[in-house]
Amino acid sequence: MTVTVGALARGGVSARRERAVGIFLLLLAAAVAFGFGLGTGAGLDSRFGLNPGGEVLFKVPDLVVPTRVTAYVLGGVLAFLAGVQLTRGFGRRTNVVLGVSVLLFILAFLTWAARGGGFNLLGMLQSTLRASVPITFGALSGVLCERAGVINIAIEGMLLSGAFMGALVGSVADNLWVGLLAGAMVGAVLGWMLGVLAIRYRVDQIIAGTVIYLLAIGMTSFLSARFLQRNQELNSPGRFQPIRVPFLSDVPVLGPVVFHQNVFVYLMLFLVLAIHVGLFYTRWGLRVRAVGEHPRAADTVGIRVLFTRYRNVVLGGIVAGIGGAYFTLGSVGRFDELMTGGRGFIGLAAMIFGRWNPIGAFGAALVFGFADSLQVRLSILQVPIPSEFLLMAPYLATILVVAGAVHRARPPAADGKPYVKE
Amino acid sequence: MPDREEVRLEGPAPPVAPPEEEGRAAGEEVAAAAERVTLAAAAVRGVGWQERFVVPVLAVVVALAVGALVIVFTSEEPLREWAGFFRDPLEALRASGRVVADAYLALFRGALGSANALSETLLVAIPLVYTGLSVAFGFRAGLFNIGAEGQLTAGAILASAAGFSLTGLPGPLVVGAVVLAGFVGGALWGAVPGLLKAKTGAHEVITTIMLNFVAGFLALYLLQTAFFRRPDRLDPISKPVLEAFPRVFGTGVRLHAGFLVALLVAALVAWVLNRTTVGFEFQAVGANPDAARAAGMSPTRTFVVVMALAGGIAGMGAANQLLGVTPSLTPGFSSGFGFDGIAIALLGRARPAGVVAAALLFGILRNGSRSLQAATQIPVDIVTVITALVILFVAAPSLVRAIFRLRRGAGRPAGLGVGWGP
Amino acid sequence: MRLELRGITKRFPGVLANDHVDLTVEEGEIHALLGENGAGKTTLMNILYGLYRADAGEILIDGRPVQFASPRDAIAAGLGMVHQHFMLIPVFTVTENVVLGVETTGPLGLLDRRRAAGKVREISERYGLEVPPDALVEELPVGVQQRVEIVKALYRNAEVLILDEPTAVLTPQETEELFEVMRSLRAAGKSIIFITHKLKEVLAVADRITVLRRGRVMGTTTPAETSEEELASMMVGRAVELAVERAPAQAAEPVLEVRDLVVLDDRGQVAVDGVSFEVRAGEILAVAGVQGNGQTELVEAITGLRPAVSGSVRILGRELAGASPKQVLRAGVAHVPEDRQRDGLILDFSVADNLVLNTFDVPPFARGIVRDERAVERAAQERVAAFDVRTSSLRAPVATLSGGNQQKVIVARELSRPIRLLVASQPTRGLDVGSVEYIHRRLLEKRDQGVAVLMVSVELDEVLALADRIAVMYRGRIVDVLPAAEATREGVGLLMAGGSLEEAAASA
Repeated sequence: MTVTVGALARGGVSARRERAVGIFLLLLAAAVAFGFGLGTGAGLDSRFGLNPGGEVLFKVPDLVVPTRVTAYVLGGVLAFLAGVQLTRGFGRRTNVVLGVSVLLFILAFLTWAARGGGFNLLGMLQSTLRASVPITFGALSGVLCERAGVINIAIEGMLLSGAFMGALVGSVADNLWVGLLAGAMVGAVLGWMLGVLAIRYRVDQIIAGTVIYLLAIGMTSFLSARFLQRNQELNSPGRFQPIRVPFLSDVPVLGPVVFHQNVFVYLMLFLVLAIHVGLFYTRWGLRVRAVGEHPRAADTVGIRVLFTRYRNVVLGGIVAGIGGAYFTLGSVGRFDELMTGGRGFIGLAAMIFGRWNPIGAFGAALVFGFADSLQVRLSILQVPIPSEFLLMAPYLATILVVAGAVHRARPPAADGKPYVKE
Repeated sequence: MPDREEVRLEGPAPPVAPPEEEGRAAGEEVAAAAERVTLAAAAVRGVGWQERFVVPVLAVVVALAVGALVIVFTSEEPLREWAGFFRDPLEALRASGRVVADAYLALFRGALGSANALSETLLVAIPLVYTGLSVAFGFRAGLFNIGAEGQLTAGAILASAAGFSLTGLPGPLVVGAVVLAGFVGGALWGAVPGLLKAKTGAHEVITTIMLNFVAGFLALYLLQTAFFRRPDRLDPISKPVLEAFPRVFGTGVRLHAGFLVALLVAALVAWVLNRTTVGFEFQAVGANPDAARAAGMSPTRTFVVVMALAGGIAGMGAANQLLGVTPSLTPGFSSGFGFDGIAIALLGRARPAGVVAAALLFGILRNGSRSLQAATQIPVDIVTVITALVILFVAAPSLVRAIFRLRRGAGRPAGLGVGWGP
Repeated sequence: MRLELRGITKRFPGVLANDHVDLTVEEGEIHALLGENGAGKTTLMNILYGLYRADAGEILIDGRPVQFASPRDAIAAGLGMVHQHFMLIPVFTVTENVVLGVETTGPLGLLDRRRAAGKVREISERYGLEVPPDALVEELPVGVQQRVEIVKALYRNAEVLILDEPTAVLTPQETEELFEVMRSLRAAGKSIIFITHKLKEVLAVADRITVLRRGRVMGTTTPAETSEEELASMMVGRAVELAVERAPAQAAEPVLEVRDLVVLDDRGQVAVDGVSFEVRAGEILAVAGVQGNGQTELVEAITGLRPAVSGSVRILGRELAGASPKQVLRAGVAHVPEDRQRDGLILDFSVADNLVLNTFDVPPFARGIVRDERAVERAAQERVAAFDVRTSSLRAPVATLSGGNQQKVIVARELSRPIRLLVASQPTRGLDVGSVEYIHRRLLEKRDQGVAVLMVSVELDEVLALADRIAVMYRGRIVDVLPAAEATREGVGLLMAGGSLEEAAASA
């Protein structure tokens, strides 16, 4: 089918991977039990804050746990999971178990980091969700394109362009919504370009995507240097403010995390659900997936393969463009060169880890968002880890995911293959 | 193909299989093959002069033309005139022409106008020869190495460490050690994605991009350690490498012997690829890993070896910079060399001679862009735009052909395996 | 519905694929379209189905001329096609596959899966097709997948069904079931165009037979008026010897010994399940079986392309289970792979380079790590001549060669070095009659020189024509090994379908 299938010995790979995952879990368990458990003085407690600042309707008491015991318990759970994996295996659920285990590990780590002190868990969750926004948009863009059979490696470029246009147009029009629209439009244009290269000219899709990525870097850096840096008024669009959903935002813990956010978060949640339902429960989705799995079969029943692909690539571009606008209009309030910092590629990894499934991709994006927000939070706790290593975390996690998850995941069968009508 | 002559056939003609039957089958096979032609093959075999020379040259021409449009529509004077187009259409064109002519003249004068300018251009081209060769080497084995940037950084870390810690040795020995260390650092960094691809099927595009980020953070961290950090400075900058390549081109210019080393490496790469059994194996794996494996070659070993060598070549670029231009490692050490390397490899059709020529062109663009900015205030980032445009048009020769109405050549450009690896 | 094709002509660059083809299919008729590979059957059907446009000629339905610009038009006019390679999406359910393109939806475009499944069940019951509406297609046996394709056409109210080489993937028993389905469709007034190159099947099921050769209609007849020999000569254009002439085997010492071999397929399922056999010098052992019963994995395990889970593969007494492909081929094993374009050739490389693909790094083609291109060229010259490879140049990419000549390149490469074992997998698939005969001659020649030959083929005729002994594979096991002299078509066919020896004996 592809380069590596035959390159690796045929068959017999999955068993080895099962074992590797099991051993990885075992290592996590050991690290938790010995590193965070034994490494902590007895009698220390960790305090997790669960309330947002300011007025709240229901005040939840802070969660206080004994550090050492928690580490032992979490280590035990991890060891149990490792045992199950090594003996029976989790099969199709391996990715989920892997994700949960990483979360448990991070939880243990946080407990250890907060030993003898306090830590605002709520703030962590809020920033996790926010950090996952561009990654989720990127992943959804990937899902839309790849389910129709076009690999979109240009997501990073679409994010960057969306961020740039959002800032520029938002500033010029002095209207955030117009900026958001501009971000979506530039994404659509780049998506269409990818379509032309990949679908019409049948350029290798990885190269086509890389080209668009590089073009986006070049254009945004050039235009930013030419205009934004010299005229600050062109680079001050303002930001979408958080909207408090009445009642729902008062639900303890979850309320402030999910229902007191800006429009991007709500849009993201809506899109995750909409694309999921669209792909798996509607005529549109059935046809899109048919085109991504077996375009010739779709063609023989009268589905317009190339049109479907164009449409989805443009849709994917729009989604990524909106995700890009988040950087300038939803988060920073200003465009900086290369500000997306690889989130598009991380989104791609989230898509793979989520098995080309919108909800799965969102789950994976949350894990990456967590890794992303870790750095800011931990610097407050003065954890003895250099900040550069924390900054590496999301990128290393991406490599691990791509290396670990790819073999399990089954991409759409015609992903990346140009379609030539007979 | 120069000789279309029928090979002399002895032995009896088969009883049936009439010529038209054969011809039909052959026609179908050719069509199928057109689908499969890989970049490696397009670069080396069965491709005429059009594919090798005309398309790249035209791609540069189109890129410069589009770049001119970008300049026109981001410059105030022509924009003003275009706004009043109907008042004086000729003036709008004249103003545009003036701006573009000024810009490109400044660029080429700055790059080639004097012996010193030429020396600077060649100086800028050297690291690009290395990164271009690095990417090209990967291409020939079907690998898309976007990680030259990170490999160069990794090479720079080891090379600078070797350079500033090996004091008291004879100069030439230190120079040799620095080059070797650069090679080893890059090779180690490059081997990782190779290993990941071989063992897990992780696509090298994602892993190399992620490793670019990681290398950047790693360098940033190391520059703050006592071992690397220059004691008399507060900003992150390493101790300098005190030895340098000899200035064999005269003391008046900065061009040094490293230029000759780069040419030597290019020649060596060409020899390995075209004349040796390992080169044959690399290219066979690149063109069809399944058949290569069935014929007793090892695609997995090739992935690792090729990526390591490609990384090593990029790392030598770092050594060259330390020994010739910037003796200290800094966070911005690799100023986009890796990305230009992609453009150069594509433009040079993945052939070492082509890479050297393309690197010289990019040297002109990069070096000239400084004069361009000084003379016209157009940011140097215009070169990034032109670079991306060059990649775009080289990667999609069918686009260039459509623009110039050329007839379709024998091969298609790209095709590094399709899809996500496994 | 009565379908008529008149004067259909289609020209491809350099080839006349269809030359004034006339064909009439009556309502309620099974009409066989017979011809060998490359005769123009598929081109004709693609024109009928709206995939190609004819250069000349017309299509009439019930006497009225129609124009099909796309399959959509053809489907609307009442045509249904079951392609040789199924147009089914493996990860979809049967129902999803059937309704794709004509979905019933509720509000907001939501799929109404339940109603669709009901209709699928109804059609399936009406024609005795027995397809489970909610099963995933990839989990169904090929025979059932084929019936899904038929349901798909019927769901779109097809009146004329085109079956393109439908028996290629079936066991003889499944073939018989398909014929039953075809007869019941005929009884319901549907017409069927049955495309094949298998003479026996045509005689068994067709009402009328039209023979195509090199794009031209050679004649139309009925099973009652003709015979296998007559059809064969119409199809090929000369008297065909249905059997290959050969001397009895002089089997000597065992060259390949396989013991209790277990191999997994790509999905981690057991594909080869404890297989043992041996191949002796100077004999051809043919592995018969329906596609997908573990033959591919067996061959890959023997040639080192796939790891064995357990068991032993000995070549001349040397244990080679778990060895690399290189070690295996250096041990004197030649491999003509099943998928020649994937595993056998590097299409972009020249004919010359492909001829030394597994010897490029040893003398005389290399000294140290430096290649000797002149030696490569010299060897290529000799081999091209000796094996009658038709190519414009030794430097031409092997992709420019016809299928038959590509296969000859592989055979030339593999037989030009000293070998003790030849493993040939589907050696003649998709080739024209001339190339088939040539390859068969070469296999027998090697056998007579004392090479052990392991041949895998799904073509029962090929197996019966060449083998000295026949090993029948079913679901990963070798159910029996019989001397060719004792093998009958029916007996082997039964074993291929998982039947027992007693049944085989009873039917023989």
